[in-house]
Amino acid sequence: MTTSALSRKTPGSNPASKPARQGVHKKPFNWRRAGAWTLVVVAIIVTVAPFLWMLRTALSSNASLASNASNLLPADFSLGAFKRVLGLQTPEEAIAEGGSGAAINFWLYLRNSIIFASVTTAGQVFFSAMAAYAFSRLRWPGRNVVFGLFLATMMVPPIFTALPNFLMIKNLGLLNTFAGLALPFLFMTPFAIFFLRQFFLSMSREVEEAAMLDGAKHLRIFFQIVLPNAAAPLATLALLTFIGQWNEYFWPLLVGQDESVRVLTVGLGVFKSQSPQGAPDWSGLMAATLIAALPVLLLFIAFGKRVVNSIGFSGIK
Amino acid sequence: MTTITKLPDPVAGGSKHPQRGKNPRPGRGRRLGDLRIALLFILPAMVGFVAFFLIPTIRGIYLSFTEYSVLGDPTWIGTKNYTAIFADELFWNAMAVTVQYVGLNIGFQTVIALGLALLMHRVAKSTLIRGVLLLPFLVANVIVALLWFWMLDYQIGIVNEIINWFGLPRIAFFGSEQWAIPTIAGVNVWRHMGYTALLIFAGLQSIPSHVYEVASLDGASQTRTFWSITMPLLRPVLVLVLVVTVIGSFQVFDTVAVTTGGGPINASRVIQMYIYQKAFGESDFGYASALSVILFVILALVAFIQMKFLKGNESDLD
Repeated sequence: MTTSALSRKTPGSNPASKPARQGVHKKPFNWRRAGAWTLVVVAIIVTVAPFLWMLRTALSSNASLASNASNLLPADFSLGAFKRVLGLQTPEEAIAEGGSGAAINFWLYLRNSIIFASVTTAGQVFFSAMAAYAFSRLRWPGRNVVFGLFLATMMVPPIFTALPNFLMIKNLGLLNTFAGLALPFLFMTPFAIFFLRQFFLSMSREVEEAAMLDGAKHLRIFFQIVLPNAAAPLATLALLTFIGQWNEYFWPLLVGQDESVRVLTVGLGVFKSQSPQGAPDWSGLMAATLIAALPVLLLFIAFGKRVVNSIGFSGIK
Repeated sequence: MTTITKLPDPVAGGSKHPQRGKNPRPGRGRRLGDLRIALLFILPAMVGFVAFFLIPTIRGIYLSFTEYSVLGDPTWIGTKNYTAIFADELFWNAMAVTVQYVGLNIGFQTVIALGLALLMHRVAKSTLIRGVLLLPFLVANVIVALLWFWMLDYQIGIVNEIINWFGLPRIAFFGSEQWAIPTIAGVNVWRHMGYTALLIFAGLQSIPSHVYEVASLDGASQTRTFWSITMPLLRPVLVLVLVVTVIGSFQVFDTVAVTTGGGPINASRVIQMYIYQKAFGESDFGYASALSVILFVILALVAFIQMKFLKGNESDLD
């Protein structure tokens, strides 16, 4: 946590990265400032504490949770919940620790989530980049009309297209297949095209024009010049798309109920309702949610700055 | 997640236009321009657009005028679905529940996010703090819902333990009719406050610093500066944030589906839950389509009214 006491004369001067460090005035103790920092600390605690509670519960033995409900440390520390979720515990052990004993195919759901999220991300980003190139670099009749149409679909709520899309996937016999899961996300979203088009428009065209004079064709320019030059926005978009797809719940709930293609979000919903002896397996559930959230958390730790600044990016421009 | 940067289009779209005419390319003279190569580049996106956005939109509107139980073909029944909906008590209940949810969710979320944004802008300027506050937004709705379902458990949830410790009666957060919607609204305030704060924060950064300098030279107090400078200049961004968050809020589903499933009784059956149950519980796709057309119209109206009344597309800066 960097506590930089800054003069507030430089708001917005450096929007993209760290706040500027110049202009540090030594000030006497300031109650207003102390109050503000207290609020910041409260906000951080409110944000982080539930995640710690998730970890604490996952490291507890489920049978002991009830009698240690308010103990801040794990109740009867055990890695059993994680073992249970990952299928490393026998049913007897699981029941002894307060689990349900029923097997959950966590590894399978994890695999399905990885396939679903990475295939849709790759397709969406690549095809959207191609479309964005056509909208920003090529001249053709009807370009702006088509672009306007694409943009207009951003207004259509997902539930509205979900019902007809479900019917179509069903008619095609693609229910409970990866194709059915991925198809609606695979080709484009208006947002992705818009996002990349803005970047392509702001990129310098000098190199491209020189290449064009040398006789390079559009395909070559796209692959060898535009894509490498847009690596940063492409990575940001891919990251945002992947996180969104990883968290997607509604569509997989509709078309991916079957075990073989069930993704983690849907699996977790099922896991919750799967408590035969009445008392839910809270530590198992928290261990499962923790592992399910882990890939996103790791991506965020690695590339968090990119995500944080990409949200700023929108509003500033 | 995809709602993330939906926000910028009216702002960004305009400012980019001048660049377009700058570099007239050699092929400009021909009427068809780069049509052939453009078709190649746009083909995949076009397939996706037509198959999964355009046709479903048209088909959804068509289905709303039919009776369709998935078995057999849809039969045209004119506006019967719509007249039935207006007489449907469960529909009005769902609308009331949804509006209550949106009111609570957006009210608290916007105020808290504005506060956080000001703190991010003035006090806690590190990217790390912004990242931490964004964390809940990156975790799936389902996970957030399950986490709070556990923490708010009546018997052994930590929140009720704390309430109990203060000597107050335990609260059945998800299990009682009067608490279900406020609880779900609260959970989603927790998930979205950091994200919303970042959107507002970006708006704060776009206010030029010289405006503040003039104000401070004139001896304006902090409060005065906030109400006479920050708020008016922030308004366009704030309106966009409201439009995006209100539209998202109307479509709440995941949290409800995982925790209460719409209950107890009808207390948390929000509109999207009702559509889902009609379509997949009762196989009444015609009725469900009509409901989603109504939701669509409501969202369009809400966006329009917000832009119009709050004058979201005009900045006081110019």
